[in-house]
Amino acid sequence: MKYVDEYRDRDKAQILVREIERVVAEIKLPPDRPLQIMEVCGGHTHSIFRYGIEGMLPKAIELVHGPGCPVCVLPMGRVDDCVAIAERPEVILTTFGDAMRVPGSRKSLLQAKADGADVRMVYSPMDALALARRHPDREVVFFGIGFETTMPSTALTVLQAEREGTQNFSVFCNHITIVPTIKAILDSPDLHLDGFLGPGHVSMVIGTAPYEFIARFYKKPMVIAGFEPLDVLQSVWMVLKQIRDGRCAIENQYARIVPEAGNSAALRAVASVYELREFFEWRGLGSIDHSGVRIRAAYARFDAERKFALPNIRIADPKSCQCGEVLKGVIKPWQCKVFGTACTPETPLGALMVSSEGACSAYYQYGGVKRREGDAIAQAGAA
Amino acid sequence: MNVAPFIQQRLRGKVHVPTVTLAHGGGGKAMKDLIDDVFVTAFDNPLLAPLDDQARLDLAGLAGRGDRLAFTTDSFVVDPLVFPGGDIGKLAVCGTVNDLVVGGAAPLYLACAVIVEEGVTVDALRRIADSMARTAREASVTIVTGDTKVVNKGACDKVFITTTGIGAIRADIVLGAEQVRCGDAILVNGLLGDHGAAILCARGDLELQTPIESDCAPLHDLVATLLAAAPKTRFLRDPTRGGVATVLNEIAQAVRLSIEIDESAVPLREEVRGFCEILGLDPLYLANEGKLVAVVPPEQADAAVAAMRAHPLGRDARRIGGVGAGEPGRVTMRTVFGGTRIVDMLVGEQLPRIC
Repeated sequence: MKYVDEYRDRDKAQILVREIERVVAEIKLPPDRPLQIMEVCGGHTHSIFRYGIEGMLPKAIELVHGPGCPVCVLPMGRVDDCVAIAERPEVILTTFGDAMRVPGSRKSLLQAKADGADVRMVYSPMDALALARRHPDREVVFFGIGFETTMPSTALTVLQAEREGTQNFSVFCNHITIVPTIKAILDSPDLHLDGFLGPGHVSMVIGTAPYEFIARFYKKPMVIAGFEPLDVLQSVWMVLKQIRDGRCAIENQYARIVPEAGNSAALRAVASVYELREFFEWRGLGSIDHSGVRIRAAYARFDAERKFALPNIRIADPKSCQCGEVLKGVIKPWQCKVFGTACTPETPLGALMVSSEGACSAYYQYGGVKRREGDAIAQAGAA
Repeated sequence: MNVAPFIQQRLRGKVHVPTVTLAHGGGGKAMKDLIDDVFVTAFDNPLLAPLDDQARLDLAGLAGRGDRLAFTTDSFVVDPLVFPGGDIGKLAVCGTVNDLVVGGAAPLYLACAVIVEEGVTVDALRRIADSMARTAREASVTIVTGDTKVVNKGACDKVFITTTGIGAIRADIVLGAEQVRCGDAILVNGLLGDHGAAILCARGDLELQTPIESDCAPLHDLVATLLAAAPKTRFLRDPTRGGVATVLNEIAQAVRLSIEIDESAVPLREEVRGFCEILGLDPLYLANEGKLVAVVPPEQADAAVAAMRAHPLGRDARRIGGVGAGEPGRVTMRTVFGGTRIVDMLVGEQLPRIC
């Protein structure tokens, strides 16, 4: 496949792996732990597992799988609200595919569908609007989730609905924003991260400037990374070079997609449709200030939260769940007390087991060479 | 002059309304008309013709074909009924024929039970029956008995078909997971995931347009060719729902050995790769309806691949991996990128990813 296979070239990967080994050899490593690099975005986590990238890296590097899977971090209370909307007889609830499985406190959308709710999978919010045109007698609600990557398409759909004067379309807005969450992770006292792979598609929208504080105030290097395996390897190499040279900068490996200034048309649509919420609840991380957006009053008639009376009950994460510690890289997924026992992809307790982009689910599904090494070390330690 | 066929023809009922109603399930004349006009006309054969409650098969004739019977059943509930590359009728015959042939059996007889939702057009049903008849002829099987039910609107989705098949296994053919040995080669007969991708596109929910067609085909002749070229073939299975990944996991778990496949050897159509890239799906889990996974001893692997490639249904046959002595029950894949990952059983249905 053109423009894809070029970024999956095995020979180039070997060259990069050797380069990474060379740079690591020049770094003064911490004595008691590996170098920890967090990939913020779930898309990176998926690539890392799908191509077996962890196993190609030197043992001195540990990839920490961050909070950037929007499906995973959706709190149970919000899923409950969405199920309540879906269960209204007049509603056709439309959603991205992988949000169907996210468990609420009562049920997931998949279960609600089985119980008779009209839940339909769409590929884009525009498809949901098209559905509203075809079904003028029904209320079509789009389950808006995702970071800045999907935020503009939902905003543009709301603007389009406004232009068309659509009466029967609304958005249940759960869009979240990544920067406050990175800051919350950086403020965490038990954190040892040495660098970041920055989210590629979020940055395509917001540009590189919003991350400057990471380098300036927290003194951590970040490389905005593409999603093909060579992108990931090259970005790891770029982070390592910064560490070796004692530099902290926001660098852009994904320049073929990410303009420094972001996408101004997308940003305009986002600014006109949404405003920041004071705080938003994240599964696994708790409440984070200014980390979510809601639809502005000017577009209230497209806001499902205003249109329907929602239960809006906050459901606490299960106590046994250690997602927060996994997210911050304090423990690895398989070290969680409930990993693979009470918490599996079939019956996920925690955020990270929910979607294939979640670190725990990815470990469960794809395993990892390092996992077995980790187990061996743990067993040796116990003996 | 033998007039019996003409009399039979004249006595055969005819449907005069455009749609199936509950009356066609009532057991009376309307039902007989529907069965005669649609199914008997399409399947027309002497074993079916008496329209008794059972087909009566000659045991001596069966015994002459082998020393074991293969017996299988499968239900088909595909949506939409007609899709690029096939329809539910073709699928219902191929599915059961393939379940027989991967056991090493020559497929002989099929029974078919059809559940119809009221309101389905008689023409649509006729097209399905014709498609079943055509595919049965192609697969050298005879549809010898059947049943028709009509249910209320909403009680089923348009048409459900269950086919049950009987085949005979020659004494010299012994296939089974217990035959699989460490070092065996794993082969497939062609491009994977076409059926799953074609169905997902045909449903239209995702508003994606692709030229992908289902690979739906009866594999009786391909399997005969394969077994002639590689008589020591250990095991065959058709990777339908759950795809090749699921079949490989089933084999690895059954034999308590490991399996490693090579991603660069997995044959995929460019369109299917693109489809999976866009939706975030893994083609290894997509359904196939005209494919098989074959485990053959290493010394016969080349002959098996060559024989399949010479057959129209095996042109893209490949060796995709092998059986090893690694962690028992574990399936791994050497990725195109040079890494290794685990290929596990799928938990639920594959769902398109958000971004």
